[in-house]
Amino acid sequence: MSSPAEKTGFVPEEDYTHTREAKLDSGIPIKKLYTPQDVAHLFYERDIGDPGRFPYVRGIYPDMYWKRPWTRRLYAGFGNPAETNQRFKFLLEHGQTGLSLALDLPTQIGLDSDDPLATADVGRVGVAIDTLKDMELIFEGIDLGKISTSFTINATAAILLAMYVAVGEKQGVSSKNLRGTVQNDILKEFIARGQYIFPPKPSIKIAGDIIEYCIHNIPRFNSISVAGSHMHENGATSVQQVAYTFCDALTYIDEVVRRGYQIDQFAQNISFLFCSRQNMFEDICTYRAARKRWAYLMRDRLQAKDSRSYILKFAAGGGGLWMTKRQPLNNIARATIVALASALGGAQSVLLAAYDEPFAIPTEESARISLNIQNILIYEVGLTDTIDPLGGSYYIESLTDEIDRKIVETMDCVEKNGGIVSLIEKGDIQRQLAKQAMQEEMRIQKGESVLVGVNRFVAEEEKGEEEMTFHEPDPMTRQRQIEQLTKVRRERDSQKVTSALADLKKAAVHGDNLMPPLIHAVKTYATLGEMVQILKEIYGTYSAPPGI
Amino acid sequence: MERSPRIRVLIAKVGLDGHDRGAKLVAMALRNAGMEVIYAGLRNTPDMIAQAVLEESVDVVGISSLAGAHVETARMVIESLKKKGVGDVLVVMGGIIPKKDYETLKKIGVQGIFSVHASFEEIVDFIHKNVPHIQGASS
Repeated sequence: MSSPAEKTGFVPEEDYTHTREAKLDSGIPIKKLYTPQDVAHLFYERDIGDPGRFPYVRGIYPDMYWKRPWTRRLYAGFGNPAETNQRFKFLLEHGQTGLSLALDLPTQIGLDSDDPLATADVGRVGVAIDTLKDMELIFEGIDLGKISTSFTINATAAILLAMYVAVGEKQGVSSKNLRGTVQNDILKEFIARGQYIFPPKPSIKIAGDIIEYCIHNIPRFNSISVAGSHMHENGATSVQQVAYTFCDALTYIDEVVRRGYQIDQFAQNISFLFCSRQNMFEDICTYRAARKRWAYLMRDRLQAKDSRSYILKFAAGGGGLWMTKRQPLNNIARATIVALASALGGAQSVLLAAYDEPFAIPTEESARISLNIQNILIYEVGLTDTIDPLGGSYYIESLTDEIDRKIVETMDCVEKNGGIVSLIEKGDIQRQLAKQAMQEEMRIQKGESVLVGVNRFVAEEEKGEEEMTFHEPDPMTRQRQIEQLTKVRRERDSQKVTSALADLKKAAVHGDNLMPPLIHAVKTYATLGEMVQILKEIYGTYSAPPGI
Repeated sequence: MERSPRIRVLIAKVGLDGHDRGAKLVAMALRNAGMEVIYAGLRNTPDMIAQAVLEESVDVVGISSLAGAHVETARMVIESLKKKGVGDVLVVMGGIIPKKDYETLKKIGVQGIFSVHASFEEIVDFIHKNVPHIQGASS
């Protein structure tokens, strides 16, 4: 595959010449040179705008990072509630105010830790939560009125939020003062992430329940974070990442507007999650175009009146798929570029994959490197000295405009073909992404797409994987969690549980908002699995089309 | 049921992990290489795998694991296969699997382990060389 010359890292110059026209995955051709002509059709006030001004291409706030850098997030999981509590206290003592809670897979799909289907997955990629008791332990001694907590949770988001509300109540913190985020984006689970339980329609209904409940009772909570990153890593182009995510977001919005709410009552509680993939300029322009398109959608299509409803708040980062197992330290350079793309694209927070992503979940050291990459960008290189430093570049502005057009085109195409929900139900989106992922993979295997250290510049000698240290899960986690669950089951008032579950069932049958009966049920220490089981009886479970 | 001359492969995710990009790609690549592929998708239990191997006369089982549960998963799947009396099937795994676990996996009975950068060619070759007695299959 590679010549001896390449192995030494020297590349013959003839290999460098572009043998084909550069073209983005979304089909946009890239020219050799951009000039004032490429932006002549753009009017600054109308098409770009100052930061904080419609259509927000240069950023959603007038001051952006000039006033406050982006939030650096760390997504990490700890096997059991007590360990997580220790870790959270440590982070809070060291000045962190935003916590991010990773949950294990059984919690994400509504299985108790003693469910046979959960055997291999308890406490592995995050903390296990079975009952309110676990949530109490996680936040023991932590004032929920003073922190914000981000939950990466979707299918069981309503239950987890109910538990958080209940813990707040026990601490004497009104739900009006709770701050945080629930991901609550179930549609992308069908497209890419796979952590769904119920069929799409009732799932959308539950997502709507959370948004609706938050409007009245938890107004400071981000009730949904619509995510494109998982589909992007699963084969979606940059344009599709935004277009499909916006289609998903509009689906949730319709669900809530249909119930009689005004868009301005909840638009500010919607945020987004995108990720970067290799082509830094494409990523930057995608984020800029996404801001513009969202502002138009909110103002013109949804008739939002409050300008605060126009702004697209998003987290960016990722990079996991780009990380290579060969010469893994190169991944630090890749993560730096992902962080740079996120920042130059105007992200509100950044969550970077760690360089050891192809091996295991991050160690403390690799996670710290991901944070420090961002600290270097913020504190050492002057990246935040001026707002939107790339604004006005012929290339950047022209590409932003072209990507915006493609986003519109792609959204139109979804709508003409029956809408995003129907395309997901038929498996069409999944098939399209799988096909594209295959093309990407073939380009790498054939060497058409360069991956340094993998298909070019391959080293003779590599630092042995044996010398690296990886995250080691605690083998006792599952057993401890099951003991705790058994104890809770034994000590609770089972009559109260039965009656609360009956109320939940009634609410589900009547189509009522599920949040109040769920809050009631979690307080009786009903288990996550019990509550989900009731809902499965009403809504059914979903079996996805194979999608290849 | 008459045995197909083509190699029959079952590709599946076991457990709850939803990362299926790799599983789908390998399924498509093996299909392109002329094998008959049954793609079982997400959330299979070890018993479901064993049952499918039995019912579908599968020659090769490919398990994809990206959430760290590969050792337990392998152990449970192979136990189920033995219980159903189909322990002679070729078991391969792919995904995020650190080298330090290779030996454990091989002891358990996973014969082929393919990491992130394995080429489709490598996987296809391995299957051709190691699949047990398929009539008519090219080797």
